[in-house]
Amino acid sequence: MQLDWSSIPRASNALWEGFQFSISLTAFAALAGIILGTLLAMARLSSIKPLSMIASGYVNIFRSTPLVIVIYWFYVVLPFIIGRPIGAEHSAYVTFAIFEAAYFCEIMRAGIQSIPKGQVYAGSALGFTYGQNMRYIILPQAFRNVVPLLLTQTIILFQDTSLVYVLGATDLFGAADKIAHRDNTLLEMYVTVAVIYFVISFFLSRLVKHLHSKIAIIR
Amino acid sequence: MSQYQWDWLVIFENVTDTDEFYYQWLISGLGWTLLIALSAWVIALILGTIIGTARTLPNKFVAGIATAYVELFRNIPLIVQLFMWFFVLPEMVPTNIGNWMKQDMPHPGIITSIIGLGLFTAARVAEQIRTGILALPRGQKNAGLALGLTLAQTYRHVLLPMAFRVVIPPLTSEFMSIFKNSAVAYSITATELFFQMKQITGDYKPANQIEVVTIVGLIYILVAFSANRIMTFIERRVQVPGYISGGK
Amino acid sequence: MISIKNVSKWYGNFQVLTDCTTEVKKGDVVVVCGPSGSGKSTLIKCVNALEPFQKGDIVVDGTSIADPSTNLPKIRSRVGMVFQHFELFPHLTITRNLALAQEKVLGRSKDEAMTKGLALLERVGLKDHAHKFPGQLSGGQQQRVAIARALAMDPIVMLFDEPTSALDPEMVNEVLDVMVELAQEGMTMMCVTHEMGFARKVAHRVIFMDKGHIVEDCAKEEFFGDLNSRSERARHFLSKILQH
Repeated sequence: MQLDWSSIPRASNALWEGFQFSISLTAFAALAGIILGTLLAMARLSSIKPLSMIASGYVNIFRSTPLVIVIYWFYVVLPFIIGRPIGAEHSAYVTFAIFEAAYFCEIMRAGIQSIPKGQVYAGSALGFTYGQNMRYIILPQAFRNVVPLLLTQTIILFQDTSLVYVLGATDLFGAADKIAHRDNTLLEMYVTVAVIYFVISFFLSRLVKHLHSKIAIIR
Repeated sequence: MSQYQWDWLVIFENVTDTDEFYYQWLISGLGWTLLIALSAWVIALILGTIIGTARTLPNKFVAGIATAYVELFRNIPLIVQLFMWFFVLPEMVPTNIGNWMKQDMPHPGIITSIIGLGLFTAARVAEQIRTGILALPRGQKNAGLALGLTLAQTYRHVLLPMAFRVVIPPLTSEFMSIFKNSAVAYSITATELFFQMKQITGDYKPANQIEVVTIVGLIYILVAFSANRIMTFIERRVQVPGYISGGK
Repeated sequence: MISIKNVSKWYGNFQVLTDCTTEVKKGDVVVVCGPSGSGKSTLIKCVNALEPFQKGDIVVDGTSIADPSTNLPKIRSRVGMVFQHFELFPHLTITRNLALAQEKVLGRSKDEAMTKGLALLERVGLKDHAHKFPGQLSGGQQQRVAIARALAMDPIVMLFDEPTSALDPEMVNEVLDVMVELAQEGMTMMCVTHEMGFARKVAHRVIFMDKGHIVEDCAKEEFFGDLNSRSERARHFLSKILQH
């Protein structure tokens, strides 16, 4: 078997572009997913029955469905809704934000529930409204408690972005796959992306672990 | 796009120029999905238990190897792992074995998916098992040893039976995940449910994609829901009287 | 029976045991007491090698614990141990808790192990609970089962590691009664406990530990009889726990 590693430098521009898409998709989905997920978590914990039912339905549906099928479903449904074709990449942004919100919701919910009830009473006793209680007392504490979990989910999300392959989008993996077939360098390309994904995920997860122990000390 | 011709019965139509029906393709795909997921689950449970247990052993070398396995398989996306097994491995092994894998191995996509998905999930199961063992009171191990049980017997009769019960809830979510993750197997030509769906929506019924994708999505939800029910049933069956999980 | 010779132990740089030496003869009941963190629980766990130690040796019935060629499971099977938190196996019924090690370690048959277990349950007054799970018993009942579990192995010596300190006060006596009975039958016992009433009643010797050292090691009569000749630390400790 003849390996041709000289193909890697030639491919580096394309890989870099794919990598940038992977990162921006990850960042956007994490940010939007956390905001949407926090709102969903508040809805799930709400005493208004229909609201909490809708929120838990949302979460359960997305958590029971394979990501590839969600990616594909939005890709065929979004054009129907907006009335014109939508590119693979734009579709992916929308899909990942909506999909990840279900996972971030569960993390935020655990975070909110980890705050003792006495904190809510204390806030209410000071005259805070529900919104003020959330904004100033509950969410800041909840958020700090779950930062490691949110980051861990983001690392998983980063790996999951490779599934935009199903739309033929050019993320890191997609770029590698396209070059692999163009230059007939399957081995070199697949091994390279595997190493890139591993190095990034591994070091980020180390970082999260370190952060986790730091937060544990502060508490 | 505004004149979308809805046809929810599209899956009951005849495949053009054959006497097959689309729903038959989906059923066959579902069968492969179940086979891939369940077989991979067996691998994941066995290997995951061994690796998770190994990570808690006093022997640093064994624990180190187990840790390396978990880190390796957790930090590479599943689709990349499947591609490695399917495209890269046959080139890495001796030529005659590689040729056999490429040409003569039966159902290469299915077999590779089962092994790839099993090895991938084993790393996650291992983490749950390890957490479960570490969550047990430290005195339990001492109590087993103090009775004269060997370390192996202490794991076999004392620690693992309790650890399994503790990890059933987190394992439930892994069990559901393995059905969901099996959909990625389409990318290495395993003719499972998602693969069949792509066939239908891509080449055969591009006009009714929404219906077909929605129906297949619902099938996946149903499978995940059933998996959840099965695990809840098992959880109730093995519940230890007087023991509230998380308590002492 | 048990001979502890110059045992020292460190956790990293922190020394938990310093040059501990003592002996427990056949038929002796020895009570080990001392403030928390004095190393008494660590010392008793060294006797059956649940905790390793770096210096010195412990010889149990002629067998060296420090010797790497010693078959530890074998020696442990002959040394009974009762833990502070009972450590019954929650997934097994009471009878299975009693039978497991008899079958797996001693190789007894199922019937034999069951008969033995039931007899011991009767003895600790819990025969009616044989088919329950540990979680369904009170703390005092669980600890009595734990004693029965250790006795089922026909131990030559029993180690008790604070057997009553995790119990609600009203359950302490039911456990102590079993222990007293055992002592009166001539069982060799080493007990880490703060129950001075128990010590006065059945102990032959009392060991007082502080900061990893064995400070006092003398006959019961001497220990309780002449408080003024006790060390400063022992008096301080006793004044605290004997007040009430």
